[in-house]
Amino acid sequence: MIPVAFDYVRPTSVDEAVAALVAGGEDAKVLAGGQSLMPVLRLRMAAPSVVVDCSRIDEIRGIREEGDAIVIGAGTTHHAVMSSALVQQHLSLLAKATASVADPQIRHRGTLGGALAHADPAGDQPAAAAALDASFTIAGPGGRRTVGASDFFVDYFTTAVGPDEVLVDVRLPKRTGWGAHYEKFNRTAQAWAIVGVAATVRMDGGRIAEARIGLTNVAPTPVRARSVEAALVGAGDAAAIAAAAQSAADGTSPTSDQHADAEYRQHLARVLTARAVQKAAGL
Amino acid sequence: MRISVSVDGTVYEDDVEPRTLLVHWLRQGIGKVGTVVGCDTSNCGACTVLLDGRSVKSCSVLAVQADGSTVTTIQGLSTGEEWHPVQTAFKECHGLQCGYCTPGMVMSTVDLLSENPSPSEAEIREGLEGNLCRCTGYHNIVKSVAYAAELMGGGSR
Amino acid sequence: MTEVLDTGTALGRPIRRKEDAKLLHGRTNWTDNIQLPGTLHMAILRSPVAHGRITKLDVSGALSRPNVVAAYGAKELGDLNGSIPCVWPVTDDIFMPGFPALAVDKVRHVGDCVAVVLATDAKHAVDALEAIEVEYDTLPAVVDMEAAIAAGSPLVHDDGSNTCYVYNLGGGYEEAAAQADVVVKRRFINQRLIPAFMEPRAVVAAPMGMSDEITLWSATQIPHVLRVLLALVTGIPENNLRVVAPDVGGGFGGKLQCYREEILVTQLARKLGRPVKWTETRSEDMVATHHGRDQIQDIEIAAKSDGTFLGLKVTLLANMGAYLQIITPGVPLLGMFMYPGIYKMDKYSFTCTGVFTNTTPTDAYRGAGRPEATYAIERIVDELAAELGMDPMELRRKNWIAHEEFPYTTVAGLTYDTGNYEAATARALELFGYDELRAEQAQRRASGDPVQLGIGISTFTEMCGLAPSRTLGALKYVAGGWEHCTVRLLPTGKVEVVTGTSPHGQGHETAWSQIASSILGVPVEDIEVIHSDTGRAPYGMDTYGSRSLAVGGQAIKLASERLVEKARIIAAHQLECSADDLEFVEGTFRVKGDAEKAQPLGAVAFAAFTAHNLPDGVEPTLQAEATVDPEDFSYPHGTHLAAMEVDTETGKVRLRTYVAVDDVGVQVNPMIVEGQVHGGLAQGIAQALYEGAFYDEDGNPQNASLADYLIPSAADLPSFVTDRTVTPSTTHPLGTKGVGEAGAIASTPAIINGIVDALRPLGITDINMPAAPMTVWRAIQAAKAGGAA
Repeated sequence: MIPVAFDYVRPTSVDEAVAALVAGGEDAKVLAGGQSLMPVLRLRMAAPSVVVDCSRIDEIRGIREEGDAIVIGAGTTHHAVMSSALVQQHLSLLAKATASVADPQIRHRGTLGGALAHADPAGDQPAAAAALDASFTIAGPGGRRTVGASDFFVDYFTTAVGPDEVLVDVRLPKRTGWGAHYEKFNRTAQAWAIVGVAATVRMDGGRIAEARIGLTNVAPTPVRARSVEAALVGAGDAAAIAAAAQSAADGTSPTSDQHADAEYRQHLARVLTARAVQKAAGL
Repeated sequence: MRISVSVDGTVYEDDVEPRTLLVHWLRQGIGKVGTVVGCDTSNCGACTVLLDGRSVKSCSVLAVQADGSTVTTIQGLSTGEEWHPVQTAFKECHGLQCGYCTPGMVMSTVDLLSENPSPSEAEIREGLEGNLCRCTGYHNIVKSVAYAAELMGGGSR
Repeated sequence: MTEVLDTGTALGRPIRRKEDAKLLHGRTNWTDNIQLPGTLHMAILRSPVAHGRITKLDVSGALSRPNVVAAYGAKELGDLNGSIPCVWPVTDDIFMPGFPALAVDKVRHVGDCVAVVLATDAKHAVDALEAIEVEYDTLPAVVDMEAAIAAGSPLVHDDGSNTCYVYNLGGGYEEAAAQADVVVKRRFINQRLIPAFMEPRAVVAAPMGMSDEITLWSATQIPHVLRVLLALVTGIPENNLRVVAPDVGGGFGGKLQCYREEILVTQLARKLGRPVKWTETRSEDMVATHHGRDQIQDIEIAAKSDGTFLGLKVTLLANMGAYLQIITPGVPLLGMFMYPGIYKMDKYSFTCTGVFTNTTPTDAYRGAGRPEATYAIERIVDELAAELGMDPMELRRKNWIAHEEFPYTTVAGLTYDTGNYEAATARALELFGYDELRAEQAQRRASGDPVQLGIGISTFTEMCGLAPSRTLGALKYVAGGWEHCTVRLLPTGKVEVVTGTSPHGQGHETAWSQIASSILGVPVEDIEVIHSDTGRAPYGMDTYGSRSLAVGGQAIKLASERLVEKARIIAAHQLECSADDLEFVEGTFRVKGDAEKAQPLGAVAFAAFTAHNLPDGVEPTLQAEATVDPEDFSYPHGTHLAAMEVDTETGKVRLRTYVAVDDVGVQVNPMIVEGQVHGGLAQGIAQALYEGAFYDEDGNPQNASLADYLIPSAADLPSFVTDRTVTPSTTHPLGTKGVGEAGAIASTPAIINGIVDALRPLGITDINMPAAPMTVWRAIQAAKAGGAA
């Protein structure tokens, strides 16, 4: 319950933060909202030499409209994301996935960027970010670069953000008017998702015209269910959706744990994908 | 590191080690022992306080992160003989037994009602998902929150 | 017989709790709040392996760390290490291994204590643990109970067997089976649970400067019992030990213990001459606080084709864990008497084998033995009903003890004083809408709805109010089951009720005031209940086994009545009349037939204090005491019904409606009674659906944090529908019965019966607990595969 001793710096700009990470070396750790880092520190599962607290960097906070996209600062809290009128209007899926993260207290502190950079395979927002074709601005000693979702999530708890880099913001193309649903399957409300399905669809004449689907916790990284997306085009009823969802487990490689083995996770991926799409489509 | 934090209306200045959790500083640093620790995995919510007006788990915030902020604990919710409506409601509806989760439950409820003055039963239950109680089965806690909403003029749907 | 009248002003009313003001304002005195000058903080190095020889232990590195004052392994601790006591040697030949506070040579479960560091602050104590050098030669772990008692198993304790004891009761089941038309046999796994009270354990011990006294503050349910045990273990004279349980945040049996950490803190405070403090982390709690349940239950019921029960056979394996704690061996025996439940039958054979494994010790957890028994009987009655093609409620009705048959001596040898199962069941069915739900169930079955509906029934009774001392003696429990109360009327008219019970959330301060108020006629707010401090309330047997009201309440009643009788003599003297001429109404003695001549109790108290004019032979001060040994256990009962929805596509289960009608006799404070029921329900439902503490084959705990051990939150439970029928106990003078454990005992089988009921058309006859989605889904898949084959 008592972390190991560490140094602490509180930069007020991205450049300062990067400089602090470079100076801190391999054992430096970024603190965003801290809601994933603090438990690890309390249990002494991490022993950083220096904690770089990025919670007071104004330039990485806030939500803004940029043409066809919404740009969300990495340091924006979950609560701010889910409450944002812009997000609710243009990125309903992200609002819903974010509302299912942990609990109100954690959503008040935890940040979108922190959760994405932490890349917990059971986290709710990575699948939504994948489904929404997010791109990521990363700042490092060599300047800034932009990475797409497929390149951002690398492995379990591993992203394209290097040890001396800071995630600056997340850019998401607007999905205005799209139906959305995040189907989270867990044993208790507090528990992590056994499987989650982030689905958003554009309807046209009572049929699905376009679909984007991301899956939580069925692989080391969030999975885009592209074959389902393709099969859903034109679907206009529950049966068609269920048929399309049959391929939801394709390309997944779930782990087995005490709550669910791989086979069960793949089964859930199919069942829950159908349900999520039905709810997103209102069918 | 030097910090300055307003807690329950008093500004405290102190030197803290960066690793000091806010809850440990509250309890051991300035004697605010009304806020308690129930777990080490962020599950129980017993340590919930308001940080700049929003509920947070004070085990999941470093004391240095609270520098310059305002903290309200269960001990600052009402003064002297006065009772906050949430406190009144918990007593009236028997929303507590051993009382260990109570500081966190009450602070989460204050936050919940500030955001949603007229919550449904489902919204109350979801709104308290970050706080564990082992005594009440939550039945009377949910009643307490609904009653508090009523006392505060919102009413429960 | 006294003439004391119940004024009716306080008893039976839902008075809001006196306890709440401080709890709601953060003014509570938790043990961890205590910060004495000069305190040393203790941190514990715990074993990361389930079974191993300690091949190296060097604590010296810790001593050179900043702020560290002392560090000990078993070797350094020497004679102070002691052995943790077990007070329930259930058989003459029970194997009771030593249980040192710090492991000697060998560790036996993950979390076993290996070494301690004491520093002037907690963080440096924890930091210094890293400087202790320790090496283990890992041994094969014994986890599975059946493997543990098989030939050739590694031994948890080298000097004995993995079989702790074998206990038998009754017999003759085979005769019943021979006459039976139907025999149903099942194996139920009653999984291991963790009490997980919200306040982690904390202990502070301080040598108090002026005398040789050592004061121990501990988050315990049992300050009085603990004082005796600490004196026996440490050799500190009992009269130099004061044990205080300050405000205690829940217990559920988990704080009914004499823990290693309590011994260590006490011994080291004495040795070092300074206050020593230890507060556990939740992660420590999950491996070092005793666990509950963990039994393999083989149960067999024999019946006639018309459903009449003939006999019951129960064969248990009960996991003791690695060591015996305070009543570890006795927990299954508290269940032994309850397997026949509310039913009549002629034969009962019971055998229990206690088994050592490389796991955290087990002991009492809410219900202690009785939830396991109730689970097994209520589950197998449903299975028998299915076998017979009878409605499960009809089968129960046919076999339960009818209300006119009380008192009734069961096949297990208990005599239930009263009960009315018909009334509780009728009320429950009415609240539940049983017939409508059965209709909906039929409709869902017919339509092949992916969400199936099941109805779970639990008609339970339990024995609580522990306990008649003679019975405890016959069971080889080494202490008694009495309770004490002293009632004092102070010169200013205020009342002190000194009780030996030790609350940790149950609202004793309010309820005990109500009992005393109803007899003394003093307002509830003028009564102070003093408890949980052996310095202020020296006699008591503490709080567990739903005993506090059932036993302690009697003592309050009797002491209050005795006080009134003494006051009556003084009042008669003051009013110059005969004591027989006085009536005592609403706190005032009045001369019968002369309304003008009256003396309030407060005035009598002041007269007793000044002692200026007392009748001959009457001693000054107005107080009375009573120590009551209960005539029998108390037998609350009830009917619980659960409507369960099972999503057959995912295996996820939803509790839709829960109705609990309990009969706990006379209710002192119905609001508190209801709160106790709610809490019990949540814990029992949690066993059925969410919680379980499991180990891998190497003895590594798989659920050792609140992130992995799934305690339900508000979002996971519904509101409950509760009501009570009132059939007063005839063996308890207040007519009360225990209520603390009833909800936890009744609810678990109701939930699982409901799930199995939903899935029975698929051929499913059992679901292991907790009924996690994958477990249910796998059962459905297996049933479908079996059906196809």
